[in-house]
Amino acid sequence: MMASHPGTDFTCKANGGNSSGRVPGSGRHQSESESELSPALKSLAGLCSRDAEERAAALDELSQAVLLCLGVDRPGSARLCKQTLLHLLRLSGSCPLREVRGKATELLRTAQDHGVEVPRALALGPSAFIHAKEMMKEGPDQDILVESFLSSGRVDHITMVMALHPAYLSCFLRTQHALLELDGPLPRHWRHYIALMAAARHHCSYLVQQHSAGFLEAGGEESWLSDLQHAPSKLRSLQTLNKLLAHRPWLITQQHIQELVYPGADPRWSLAELIHAVVLMAHAHALCSLVWGCGINPEPDHIGGYTFQPPSPGHFPRSPHSPAHEDGRQELVDGAMEVEVLMKRMVELQQQQEEEECTQEEMVTRFERERSESIPTARVRGTPPDLVLHLVEDPEFRYEDFAPRGEQAPPTMRAQDYSWEDHGYSLVNRLLPDMGQLLDEKFQVVSNLTYHRMAMHEGVDTHTLRKALWNYIHCLYGIRYDDYDYGGVNVLLERSLKVFVKTMACYPEQTTVRIYQAFWRHFRHSEKIHANLIVMEARLQAALLYTLRAITHYMR
Amino acid sequence: MEKMSRVTTALSSSAVTGRTMFCHLDAPANAISVCRDATQVVVAGRNIFKIYALEEEQFVEKLNLRVGRKPSLNFSCADVMWHQMEENLLATAATNGAVVTWNLGKPSRNKQDQLFTEHKRTVNKVCFHPTEVYMLLSGSQDGFMKCFDLRKKESVSTFSGQSESVRDVQFSMKDYFTFAASFENGNVQLWDIRRPDRYERMFTAHTGPVFCCDWHPDDRGWLATGGRDKMVKVWDMTTNRAKEVYCVQTIASVARVKWRPERKFHLATCSMMVDHNIYVWDVRRPFIPFATFEEHKDVTTGIVWRHQHDPHFLLSGSKDSTLYQHMFKDATRPVDKANPEGLCFGLFGDLAFAAKESLISSDPNRKPYPGGDRRYPIFFFKKPDPTEQFAHVSSALSVFETDLDSNRMDWFVKTAQLYLLSGKPFAELCDHNAKVAQELKRPQVSTTWTMLRIMFSDPANLTTTGPNHNLSKLGTLPLMNSFSMKEMGTGMGTESRLERGKGESRQDNIHLDPGNSHISNNKEENEETEGSEGQAEYMFGDAELDDDDDLYSMEHDNQTEEQEYTLPQEAFQLRHEIMDNPSAPEHLQQDKSDSPHVSGNEAEVTCLTPIESFSLISISQPLFSPHLPASFFCPIVREMLSYYAEQGDVQMAVSVLIVLGDRIRKEIDDLTQEHWYMSYIDLLQRFELWNVSNEVIKLSTCSAITCLNQASTTLHINCSNCKRPMSNKGWICDRCHQCASVCAVCHHVVKGLFVWCQGCSHGGHLEHIMNWLKGSTHCPAGCGHLCEYT
Repeated sequence: MMASHPGTDFTCKANGGNSSGRVPGSGRHQSESESELSPALKSLAGLCSRDAEERAAALDELSQAVLLCLGVDRPGSARLCKQTLLHLLRLSGSCPLREVRGKATELLRTAQDHGVEVPRALALGPSAFIHAKEMMKEGPDQDILVESFLSSGRVDHITMVMALHPAYLSCFLRTQHALLELDGPLPRHWRHYIALMAAARHHCSYLVQQHSAGFLEAGGEESWLSDLQHAPSKLRSLQTLNKLLAHRPWLITQQHIQELVYPGADPRWSLAELIHAVVLMAHAHALCSLVWGCGINPEPDHIGGYTFQPPSPGHFPRSPHSPAHEDGRQELVDGAMEVEVLMKRMVELQQQQEEEECTQEEMVTRFERERSESIPTARVRGTPPDLVLHLVEDPEFRYEDFAPRGEQAPPTMRAQDYSWEDHGYSLVNRLLPDMGQLLDEKFQVVSNLTYHRMAMHEGVDTHTLRKALWNYIHCLYGIRYDDYDYGGVNVLLERSLKVFVKTMACYPEQTTVRIYQAFWRHFRHSEKIHANLIVMEARLQAALLYTLRAITHYMR
Repeated sequence: MEKMSRVTTALSSSAVTGRTMFCHLDAPANAISVCRDATQVVVAGRNIFKIYALEEEQFVEKLNLRVGRKPSLNFSCADVMWHQMEENLLATAATNGAVVTWNLGKPSRNKQDQLFTEHKRTVNKVCFHPTEVYMLLSGSQDGFMKCFDLRKKESVSTFSGQSESVRDVQFSMKDYFTFAASFENGNVQLWDIRRPDRYERMFTAHTGPVFCCDWHPDDRGWLATGGRDKMVKVWDMTTNRAKEVYCVQTIASVARVKWRPERKFHLATCSMMVDHNIYVWDVRRPFIPFATFEEHKDVTTGIVWRHQHDPHFLLSGSKDSTLYQHMFKDATRPVDKANPEGLCFGLFGDLAFAAKESLISSDPNRKPYPGGDRRYPIFFFKKPDPTEQFAHVSSALSVFETDLDSNRMDWFVKTAQLYLLSGKPFAELCDHNAKVAQELKRPQVSTTWTMLRIMFSDPANLTTTGPNHNLSKLGTLPLMNSFSMKEMGTGMGTESRLERGKGESRQDNIHLDPGNSHISNNKEENEETEGSEGQAEYMFGDAELDDDDDLYSMEHDNQTEEQEYTLPQEAFQLRHEIMDNPSAPEHLQQDKSDSPHVSGNEAEVTCLTPIESFSLISISQPLFSPHLPASFFCPIVREMLSYYAEQGDVQMAVSVLIVLGDRIRKEIDDLTQEHWYMSYIDLLQRFELWNVSNEVIKLSTCSAITCLNQASTTLHINCSNCKRPMSNKGWICDRCHQCASVCAVCHHVVKGLFVWCQGCSHGGHLEHIMNWLKGSTHCPAGCGHLCEYT
């Protein structure tokens, strides 16, 4: 018996599909409000069905609904609401399912033929730094994209970029899902708001828009988005922590924690809520690094991601120049040389480690040298967009270069004294069950991620390079490993790479195409993304370690 | 440094003496180790490396091994071990990856002997062979274990843990060639020192890192492991597969574990995070530590028993920069603090009471509860030393049954289900709840609701029904009984009443409701109403009142509305007093206790609310009510709520709290509110009123309560097909790519509510199954089962 009830079926799907996980109440509420918006949107949920037939049915339904709207005798674009058009645009661009993509494109074209003003995406592909074609060439894992589409209803640009590293993507999505959707002490709309507050610190309008949408979807109040002052004071009291966490986490002390959780504090945070907020903020900050570092394009339905203007002749969608094409032949050869040199150094370093024994003095000097080395970070970007400006307090607060040794030696955190494995994990897991486990997995995946290849070489052990990268970022944040020789950082990380890494980890909003293109010119894009992921996770861990240490001290 | 002369043999534990003492170190300690004859201890940390002599009264610093103006990182120790054969030999594991040995016999200031820099990352552990002088083992973060022959310049063999970080290595006490290594991924490996190519045996001991392991000193082949998952496990390694024989659940990740000498089942643990105490556990009694040392102010990093044959001295170093010697006799015994009595109400009013036998045995009437007599756990057949065993605790369990009819809790369930707590205007909620209470024959509660509505409603909006109804009664009321009111007010001092209440419930083994029993004796005509009510909150009050028949009958007659009465003059009196002191409710209360007329307040606190209600209703008569802000009533309402809660009707307290919301919340301290909420939620859950309990949780404003539904609400499920845990989605298995829950009716995956028959385990969408069952009683899957759903 196949008696199916459209009503219940739809609710179920909305539960599973619309990223609300297993929270039936909110899922239902959400889909109802959506269906009020536009009849066509209803079938969008059906597109995420795991059943091919149901998907086909939903697709039919969608096209019929759209055609019906077009048939009605109303002038111009009034016949189809903007939201539907943008959804179609998004599907036509990013849906990993071919039939859906094709249908959406077709519907848009039909609409245009009917005289509807149809938007078009300004950006081609997920990243402004990587040409869309090259992205396809490197072959992001299709299966995981489909999976992501089916489970969350959309494939955003971040997912598409990360799909070059499917092992990482899956645990990233799991963590993000748990942070934003699953059970936790903070209400769902608060989580999005905290995340967008954090993203605003790095002027990341991409994430701010993503989370604004999530915030509204979770039932948040629209006025909060226009100004920080409209948010509850409890949320606003996070600002200081947010600021420090984003730019100078080493300044976070137990006083900052105490101010928030002290029994007399008003508004008071519970430790569990605070940890949740801290992980959310650190996660968003780190993700900003990735968004800027990969030049993630606005989503087609973001402000700045689409236009209703027809393309002017001679102007093509913004297509970034790929590094290999832009550079001349000569530079290509240089690039190849660089790889060879790097390979040799890695081997040398591994051998050399056994023979050389340097004094502690020398080791400290090496660490300090890396930490305070002046890396010019271009100050190119002007004022941040209005969208984020009113969500930031004290926008002038930045990462500060560590002064050279001697004057006001900044505090150094010894990795052996407070480590994620021994201390951070236990604390997070104690206060926010399962989150410690998820983060732990993510850190492990990213630190073990390797394809045993480097540029054109196969079968390379890239462990030392990855380690150098990771430790360099921690070094920038003042975390020192006793058992690591920071001379290695200098040998393995060429200057252009350091420029990129430091910009991305410390001033992500200032990343430019040029910086991205300048390092590892002969490497694959996926390898550069890999570097991005390492920066992002190392930064996340560093920020978390400082905050968790402060919390531990508070609890002592 | 001259060699110190020592004359002790291994077994003369009497030679070790001392007291609980401590000394300040200059820096946090990471590890400590003691020399074989228990006279000296070495403390090692990032910035400290010292030897202290253990003297009778104090620690005396003997030697600072950290020499040089700028000591190298080789001095930054993660671990230290004193050789148990060669008293001049020490080894340290450095955070920079060096393994260093130290020879105290060296004449120079720097005692550094050998330096091995073979490890690439931090060395977590060093371990000397217990009997072989020159053999040293190390385990490092880089995933390698190395065995050094101290006569050679480099390691003699390297054992690979497949790039998994090594957290601890320990030579076996039993097998000359065997050592155990614990890893960050949760595994424990056993190696033969002669075979570096492959481990002998491996098993997963914990989820997450295994921080420590320790072989049992008496060669029993027992290995204790402690991990980040907060567990201590004892493994029997003599069998083919490592068998978990004991498991102790602690409250924080376990950083170190050390078997206690001479005590077969005891081990000491300390934690790496959050918890600063040292616990000594009897592994057979894993639920409560046998002994606790609570001296440290920061996490304890190193523990060691002072002498390998003396169980009475424990040394510990901590991040708080202190070194302690703990005497076992000074330890805290959590068992002593544990409450040896337990009390629990059953769903139907049965009471189970467990207490130390000595307390109960005097009662000759006690009958042994069937199956409850397990007084002597088998392992306590001999007791060599009372302080070294868990106190012999045997408890007696008494179960008091109530006869069902007299003590039904139907009213509770019905009330819980019918009350409205939110979603309507305040006045309507009160009216509704009052009606519910009325229908359940609980006039007191009903009137309370009505009063609340009147007190807190905006006077302008006062609906006419409630007060008119009552006021009309007011007009016909005869004057009477004001003197008995007074008696009651004075006779009901809270203290004495409570105490009597307790005494009664303890004496009475069978009948829990003395009030009711009295009632049936004294007042035949009231049996009906009493029987149907049987409310707990009347219990004590009734018991006290039974010597005053007039008063008693007065109350219950009132319920049957045969005799309407109240204290009109009191009501007016009260009103005038308020007129006099409109802003001083405290004063008002004092007055009340003095004057017989206004003792109505006390009456309310006991059981005669109808009367009180009238007096208060009259207060709210239009003439005066504009002068009385709602906040005026807060103290009274607060008292009223406390009264209800105290009487066991926490339902009323919580319901009023929720309905009144902000009007009263600030008046009652958070802890009390939380306590009420917790009790009510507990009760609701016992009655399986899940919906109501969730509603209450949701409506509560206590942070501690609202977060109840925020934690651990995840349900972990296994795939029905491959029986593996499903991690990602609830409906599709990652491993076998099968949909786990398919609707037997529509054959689609169920993503929402899944309902299934417990007989044949087929099921599907709730709605589909419901529809199906309308037409057929057989299983929709066609298995032929006659499905049963409740």
